[in-house]
Amino acid sequence: MNLTLRVWRQKNSQDKGHLEIYQANDINEDMSFLEMLDVVNEDLIKKDIEPIHFDHDCREGICGACSLVINGIPHGGKKGCTTCELRMRNFKDGDTITIEPFRAKAFPVIRDLMVDRSSLDRVMQAGGFVSVNTGGVPDANAIPIHKEISDKAMDAAACIGCGACVAACPNASAMLFVSAKVSHLATLPQGKVEREQRVRKMVAQMDIEGFGNCTNYYECEAVCPKEISVKSIAMMNREYMRALVK
Amino acid sequence: MKLESKVPSGPLAEKWDKHRFEMKLVNPANKRKYTVIVVGTGLAGASAAATMAELGYNVKNFCFQDSPRRAHSIGAQGGINAAKNYQNDGDSIWRLFFDTIKGGDFRSREANTYRLAQVSNNIIDQCAAQGVPFAREYGGLLANRSFGGAQVSRTFYARGQTGQQLLLGAYSALQRQIGLGKVQMFPRTEMLDLVLVDGHAKGIIIRDLVTGEISSHAADAVVLGTGGYGRVYNLSTMGLGCNVTAAYRAYKRGALFANPCYHQIHPTCIPHTGEYQSKLTLMSESLRNDGRIWVPKNKGDKRPPGEIPEEERDYYLERKYPSFGNLAPRDISSRSAKEVCDEGRGVGPTGYGVYLDFSEAIGRLGKKVISEKYGNLFDMYELINDEDPYQVPMRIYPASHYSMGGLWVDYNLMSNIPGLHVIGEANFSDHGANRLGASALMQGLADGYFVLPYTIGDYFARVGAQNITTDRPEFREAEEAVSAKIKKLMSIKGERTADSFHKALGEIMWEKAGLARNESGLKKALEEIATLKEEFWQNVKVLGSNESLNQTLEKAGRVADFLEFAEIFCYDALNREESCGAHFREEYQTKEGEALRNDKKFAYVSAWEYKGDGVKPELHKEELEFENVELATRSYK
Repeated sequence: MNLTLRVWRQKNSQDKGHLEIYQANDINEDMSFLEMLDVVNEDLIKKDIEPIHFDHDCREGICGACSLVINGIPHGGKKGCTTCELRMRNFKDGDTITIEPFRAKAFPVIRDLMVDRSSLDRVMQAGGFVSVNTGGVPDANAIPIHKEISDKAMDAAACIGCGACVAACPNASAMLFVSAKVSHLATLPQGKVEREQRVRKMVAQMDIEGFGNCTNYYECEAVCPKEISVKSIAMMNREYMRALVK
Repeated sequence: MKLESKVPSGPLAEKWDKHRFEMKLVNPANKRKYTVIVVGTGLAGASAAATMAELGYNVKNFCFQDSPRRAHSIGAQGGINAAKNYQNDGDSIWRLFFDTIKGGDFRSREANTYRLAQVSNNIIDQCAAQGVPFAREYGGLLANRSFGGAQVSRTFYARGQTGQQLLLGAYSALQRQIGLGKVQMFPRTEMLDLVLVDGHAKGIIIRDLVTGEISSHAADAVVLGTGGYGRVYNLSTMGLGCNVTAAYRAYKRGALFANPCYHQIHPTCIPHTGEYQSKLTLMSESLRNDGRIWVPKNKGDKRPPGEIPEEERDYYLERKYPSFGNLAPRDISSRSAKEVCDEGRGVGPTGYGVYLDFSEAIGRLGKKVISEKYGNLFDMYELINDEDPYQVPMRIYPASHYSMGGLWVDYNLMSNIPGLHVIGEANFSDHGANRLGASALMQGLADGYFVLPYTIGDYFARVGAQNITTDRPEFREAEEAVSAKIKKLMSIKGERTADSFHKALGEIMWEKAGLARNESGLKKALEEIATLKEEFWQNVKVLGSNESLNQTLEKAGRVADFLEFAEIFCYDALNREESCGAHFREEYQTKEGEALRNDKKFAYVSAWEYKGDGVKPELHKEELEFENVELATRSYK
């Protein structure tokens, strides 16, 4: 198939940036979206044009490096799918595809489609952990955990930290990301010990980084490639209230 | 050069305890006088950085990804082994040790492998305490499943994303130490050289991938946890950023590269489909707990799988290896898949694929149980192939996956360069010639949480804190060499992209140094690599500037190193005139086509020393001594 791409090009964080039009010809429908961009990039290099820069690594939907807003939707809109897993069979011959970076105040663009998401790491540094040092921990079976509880924690822990939730939210809120970690750890007995300070610190850092608030658009849940439920936001709000009154 | 393994004396089971007692300690108040550089944030790097910071050392941690959480350990799916014997099925530290050393075809160091089995249990405890949501039974205790090469159920897992959950555990410990100021994190940086001061590793040169700035960092020791070299085949199950550069540049500074020809080709990956392909996606080995592997009995049988009757199917692993069946080890399963495809019985559009069929298991256990166990893998398969594996068998084929070889280290995980430590997949020490499933996560975390934090203290206590600073001439010289190499790459202005060279290299390696090798093929490969390398340095095209974010420049630098590394790989494969584990030399096989080892001549570790560009490296040998296991022909029949 042949496609027309409108791609965001921006030299660096200071540059204003603009959309550039490229043709993607002879695209195979089994290609992933990023493989399509690889093909376009090889062609651009041949024409002495610097390739389109984008973040990517594992190309199997787990590392969370890939991003891209495709036709207005982070990761392209296929349910439970990252950009790297998205196949070209989801498009048709002659389509025009607009490709932009994840946009949020807390995600400055560093080049083309690459953004700086270190704000998410800093939220994790504030409290996204259980404070245990290596060694001196009890036997793994010493604390039985009901399968349903453990499964629920796993549902939240599946977050890949890509930031699509932020990019999709009209408020650029990181509530789904932060709540996924808060609920993962608050659900498990190991994480309950520090639940109050964890939620307080992570929420405070989230505000410092310039992420917006949640006003229940639920766009985050719709684009989350790991289908993290907005119920975790409700849980985080409860945790936060609990911490405030304690 | 004499390679001293520094394996402690005494009975196998007591070596590690004895060694821990004999090692010198750094007292808690003095630990803050030492700085350690850790390159890489995968399971090994992140766990080591966090643990050493907890102990009180100052840690500088580097990764090329935008966040330490994205290191490729995250891609591991199936699980992590431990000798807990929670299933009461006869497991023990000794059995895990024995399975691992036998799985490695008796080409690993006994004492290292035993220690790995010993600390495996601590890892599970540690991860559970961090809040890793391992799979559990209804009674609340941890669940297990089976992996290849073992007849006990000892693999702990978190759905089909165990690597992700363990890495996020180590990442959370690391984030905590960053928050506490004990670890200084440098994401989006690439290590481009190792700096030696008076023969000791005391620093690294990095390129900031955003600004292009080259800078020096000094420390009292350097730790590489930089993963494997599987992308020497270009197509692999690894992340596209995975590279050999850090390890290779340490090699060029004198570190020995051990057993480079031991590289695992994983049996169950989504087959190659077209030129454009960038990646081969792994389908976890855990699927072989319930999936049955088969091809048609007749050559060229192009009927859809559902129309091929039971009696016309060849469940070749169950037929050839009845006691292990579909859970035969990876090297054997991969080679068997190649064999049946070479016979013309492969399936799918290219003929290079075999079926992994769940219909029997779905019939027996129901779709719900299968979906609980493997749901995310089935979804991933469907996203990629547009076929529903609940209805149609998966098509799979072997792909480059894991490097058993790596930089040579002694029992303390220190290379032959004092101060340079190498952990996880980047070292060579624990898996011999073949790694068993669910053992990579175990080794990465064993090294990072429970081995290196002890052994590095011994090194520090012996050499003392030296307060080395980056204004020394050694740093300037290394920075200049790095800058010169980058300038050279930028100045060629040729016609061919780095990716195109990488693809060409991958084809040479896959054809001639892949699942099966022979003397004439390897010699041909060496010639072809030399020609390709020459063309690279005359014709590679790198656009843009070195003083900004430039992904073509990053790729070109990595491909340049792969081109040189591929040569040591082939020299090693050529030298090892035997078949063992993943290294299958066609000249050395039994009548049944099984690997034929030569213990008399080759029960040693090959450790290669850099001797200059384009010069054959020098081989050093570490003889492997087996005091506790008998070198037997590996049988899974």
